[in-house]
Parts: sequence; structure tokens; C-alpha cells
Amino acid sequence: MSMTLVQVVVSGLLLGAVYALFSSGLTLIWGMMNVVNFAHGDFVMLGMYTAVMIWTALGGGPWASVPAAAMLIATLGIASYFLLVRHIMRGPMLAQILGTFGLALFLRYGALWTFGANFKTLPDDLVGHSFILAGIRFEGARVLAGVVGLAVTLALHLLLTRTAIGSRMLAVSEDATAAQLMGIRPQRMQALAWGMAGAATGIAGALIATFFYTSPTVGETLAIVAFVTVSFGGFGSVLGALVAGLIIGVVESLSAYLIGPVYKDVIVYILFVLVLWFRPQGLMGKA
Amino acid sequence: MIKAMRRTVAAFAALTLLGFGGTAGAQQVVKIGAVYPLSGNSASTGNYAKMAFEMGADIINNGNAELAKVMPLAKGGGLPGLKGAKIQMVIADNQGTPAAGQNQALRLITEEKVAALICCYQSGITLTASAVAERYGIPFLNAESVAANLTERGFKWFFRTTPVAADFAKAYSTFLNEQKTAGRKVDSIAIVHENTEYGNSVSSVLADAFGKAKLPVTQKIAYSANSTDVQPQVLQLKEKNPDVVIFISYTSDAILYAKTMKELNWKPAILIADDGGFNDPAFVKAMGSVTEGLISRSVFASGKPGSVAAILDDLYKKKTGGDGLDDVSARVLQAFFVMAEAINKAGSTDPAKIRDALRAVEMKPEQLVAGYDGVKFDDKGQNVQASTLITQMRNGNYVSVWPKARATHELILPYKGW
Repeated sequence: MSMTLVQVVVSGLLLGAVYALFSSGLTLIWGMMNVVNFAHGDFVMLGMYTAVMIWTALGGGPWASVPAAAMLIATLGIASYFLLVRHIMRGPMLAQILGTFGLALFLRYGALWTFGANFKTLPDDLVGHSFILAGIRFEGARVLAGVVGLAVTLALHLLLTRTAIGSRMLAVSEDATAAQLMGIRPQRMQALAWGMAGAATGIAGALIATFFYTSPTVGETLAIVAFVTVSFGGFGSVLGALVAGLIIGVVESLSAYLIGPVYKDVIVYILFVLVLWFRPQGLMGKA
Repeated sequence: MIKAMRRTVAAFAALTLLGFGGTAGAQQVVKIGAVYPLSGNSASTGNYAKMAFEMGADIINNGNAELAKVMPLAKGGGLPGLKGAKIQMVIADNQGTPAAGQNQALRLITEEKVAALICCYQSGITLTASAVAERYGIPFLNAESVAANLTERGFKWFFRTTPVAADFAKAYSTFLNEQKTAGRKVDSIAIVHENTEYGNSVSSVLADAFGKAKLPVTQKIAYSANSTDVQPQVLQLKEKNPDVVIFISYTSDAILYAKTMKELNWKPAILIADDGGFNDPAFVKAMGSVTEGLISRSVFASGKPGSVAAILDDLYKKKTGGDGLDDVSARVLQAFFVMAEAINKAGSTDPAKIRDALRAVEMKPEQLVAGYDGVKFDDKGQNVQASTLITQMRNGNYVSVWPKARATHELILPYKGW
């Protein structure tokens, strides 16, 4: 394998870890309450703007912007739950879909109005320079995003499967009434899920902003990847999103390099359709 | 059918009685429609274009003393040919998609009743929106879409002021051959282009022209402008290491390529960014020093103080809060003034009269904000006097470096970047 090919695979893996990170929030909310959050991409976008604002106003790097974005988007998630999602949950399926879609448009055009249409970028030495390891070039910002992506996704997975609070959240998603009889408050758990999803999404946004451009419509571009990653990995499975993100990242990079960038989506979607053909619930979703 | 006609006639009569249909009213308004990307991936370009339109309308409606010395329409008080009618720009959002562009063109024609359209930035959208104007018989002026086929459809209502791909291709191949003669290596050229109408058509015209000029194109890479990642493409380039790379991109992908090339630390000796995204002030601002030494084409170079271009450049800076005219906004503004000139000459908002006036338009270089040799349309609606300059980025501004006769700065190679 040539050195360039190794470089392509490494870039793909790092990219995939980031895909996993910004998809985990989406899959968490689905797993908890069977709601697809169409505003997900725009949550990422607001996380990115938080990083841009913190840099322009205070000169702070990811060390400041990641916690700030996590808190801010977590608050936004909880607010969306109490002000919007809780109410539309009672309505028909269509109301749920259009409700979060409306939220998406509101956030997107709110950002367009507040920040303007211009593209913003953070200085590329904010996270430190790129370095060479065993002949492979690593970019500081992408490595940080990839590593944090892996860590946060794994932490979310462990929290859901290994802790009491995780069990309570899963209990609510299995059967809210039964959980209530056991002394668990479903609304509190669901709000917590939105908060956690928001925090993960905010972290993703703040990290992506260090190597991507930020604009009000960037959420649209990223949301498609998130939806594919989540249904590929299995709706509701955080670990599935991680595996799917890594697979998609590597397949995208390899096919773009070996076959051509216009075909990379074709390859990814063929793979996607094949997975759904044999496993409609996704790689790790519950049947 | 007859019923509908009768209803239309009745409605028209009612409107006339109410005074809406009066043609001699002193405060008559001429509506010009514009359909630009105010949202979506090219929203920043679209919003700069919008400011250019607003500024143009303001100059004609309210006047500008300095400009009035060189431009008769800038005296203020609207269009003299229509008894001082004011221009009202109706600007709609094409959202960066051909379908939305087409719908908005239809809405402006049928509901807003615009007298003419200036449209649409993206070639693919100009393609669909102009078909609507053709069907309704509304003059359609395109300021900046360069796909060759736009003027090859036998349309009767389509006009285009911008130079097209063939003009750029000629400029680039002459320029590159001159570099070769001067002793630079031009043995391999890579063309990297986005894969909609704009990128596909420009890249094939470039490849043809280079073939004829004996310039070797060794690599062609097509990609989607909505990509989230371009590392594999930059690695492909890095591996082949061509002497010249030409990018045909919109803004978001231009930013990704510039960032990724720096990340992977690879740059060619000559980097030509074929306008588009690389000329967007948002790109220049976002990428900073990486842009130093980029070669681009532009129809705009702010000329001597007191020239139309220089005055308008200053006015535009005031309007935008610091950003001067660039290649796209200058072409948009130019198209607006051509349209205003034609409507004024037509002395009417009748579409057929405006079209005939457009056909007869003849403007001299000193009257223009864009650096064309003039404005004069052929039978297909193409401005035959459109031409382009080759520019290079110096400290955040593109300055003209070619052709020698119109250069303000010396060309500096190789590409500096970071």
C-alpha cells in the first residue's frame, strides 16, 4: 500500500470519528423517544457559530469554546424539548416531523439574520500545527476532533448501558408508563436526553468549526451525513453511529481517491442501501 | 377562455380608472426583477449582488453628483426617457437550486409584473429561469453566468453582458504560453471543477482551448460543491504534482480546498482560481494569507480616481461597510446599468420595446464599471465586446497583471500562499 493510500485511510478514519460525534446526538434522541430531530444539523451549525463568536470576541480556542458550546446547545436542546417537542409528541407523526423541521428553518434563518450569509473560518493554527508521524501527515484540528469524537461517543454509549441513569433513560424509552410506576419521571429523563444530545452536538459543532467553514446553511450539508450515519448504524444505537461513521468516512475517502469524488456518494449510498436491504434496522439497531 | 379574457379586460379597465394604469404619472415605477442566491451555498455572493442592485437603483433614483459628470443616468430623478420613472428592484431568492430559480422567475413575471429580469448567478439556474422569461416574452439579462450553451438555444429574449468561458480560455492559454516562453515550467496542468453546469462547461471549454494551444492537461477532477471533505482530491493532486492547477469552484468548496491544501502542505507553482468562489470577498476574508499570489480572472479593476469604476467602487465600499466591488458585483452592477439604459431608451415598460432597445445598446469602455471593451449584443444576445483581465491577489486585493496594456502590477510567481 502506498503512503498516499495510508494517508487517505487515516483522513477517512478521522473524518468518520467526527461524523460519529455529530450523529450521536441524533441517534440518542431517536432511541429515547422515537423523534427524528430535523433541526439537528442546525444545532451543529449553532455550535460552530459559538466557537466562531468565542474566537472573535475573546480570542479563545476550543478549550473555551467546546465547553461553552456544549452548555449552550444543551440548553437549547432542553428548551426545544419543553417548549416544542413535549407538545408535538402528543400530535400525529406528521406534526412531529414538521415541528422539528420548522425549528430547523427558524434556527437557520435566525442565524442568517443574526450573522449574515458570509462564510466564517477560524485561523488554522488555533489547535496547533500539523505534524508528521511515520510519514503520515496529521492536522492538529482534525486529530483533536477525531479523538474527542471517539471519546464522547464511547462515553455516551457507556452512560446509556452501564449506569443507573442510563438504565432509567432506557426504561422510559421502552415503556414510559411502566417507568413512571417505578418512580421514574419520564419528562425529566426525556429532557435529559435532549440536553445530552445537545451537549454532544455542541461539542461536535465547536470542533468542526476549527477545520470547516461556518455559514448559516452549513447544517444542511452536515445533516444529510448525520441522517445517513444514524440509519446506517441503526436508529437509537450510539455505538452503531460510531461504527457507521468510521465506515462511511473511510469508504468516502477511498472511493473519492481511487474512483473519483463525484462517485463517492454513489458508493456510500449503494453500501447504505445494501445494509438496509439485509438489516433494515441498521448495523446495530434493535429489530 | 373568452370569459377569462373578458375578466382580464374588465380588471384592466378598473385599474386604469383607479389610476394604476396611467402611463404619464410623474411617480411611475419601473419594476426590474432579480433572482439571486440569497440563501444556500452561494448566499454571500447573492447578498453582495443584492447590495449592488440596491446601490444602482439608488443612483438612478436619487442621483450622484460626481458620477453624473461621466454617466448621464446618474443625474437623479429616475429615468428621463420615462418622465422620471423610478426604478424599483424586486429581488427574489433562488436558494441555489434551478427549481426555486424557475419558480421565482415565474412569480416575478406573473405576480410582480416586472418589466425585465436580471438573473441568476449560477449557470444552471440561469438555464431554467430564462426559459420562463422566454415563454412569457420578458427581456432576460444575464450578468455573470458563463456556460457556453446559454446563448446557443435560439432564444429571442435572452441577453448576456459577461464574457464567457471561451473568452477566459483564450486569455488563460495565451497567458500560460507567455509564461512558458518566459522560461516557466508549464508541462502539466490539472483542472479541478465542481460538477454542475458551471464547472462542467467551463472545464470542457478550457480543456479544448488548452489542447489547441498545445498546453498539456494531465488531470481532470470533477467534484460536488456540497462535499464535506476534499482531502482525497488534494492527495491526488499532491501525488501527480502538476505545474499548474486551475480551480473552477463556488465559495464553500473554494474554502475547503484552500484549507486542505494548506493542511496537507501542497501547492503548485501556478494556481489559477477561475473566479467564482475564489473571488468572493467572504472567501478572501476567511482565508487570509493563503490567498496571496492566487491568479484569477476578473472584469473589475478599480481604475484611476474619477473613473466610473473608481467612483462606484468607493460608493459600494460605503454601502457594504468596507468591501469594494469584485468581479461578480461589478458584473451585476454593469448589467443593471445596461438594463436601465435600455429601458430609458425604450421610453416604455413594454417588454418588446425594451428588448429592441437592448438589441441596439452600444456602450463605450469609459462608461462602464466592468473592464469590458464595450457592450454590444450579437443576434444570440451575447455581448461581443466582453473581455477579461487576469489578476493576482496582493494583500487581500486582486490587482490586474495581464494583459500588459492594462496591468497595474507585475506578475509574481511561483504562488506564495502560506
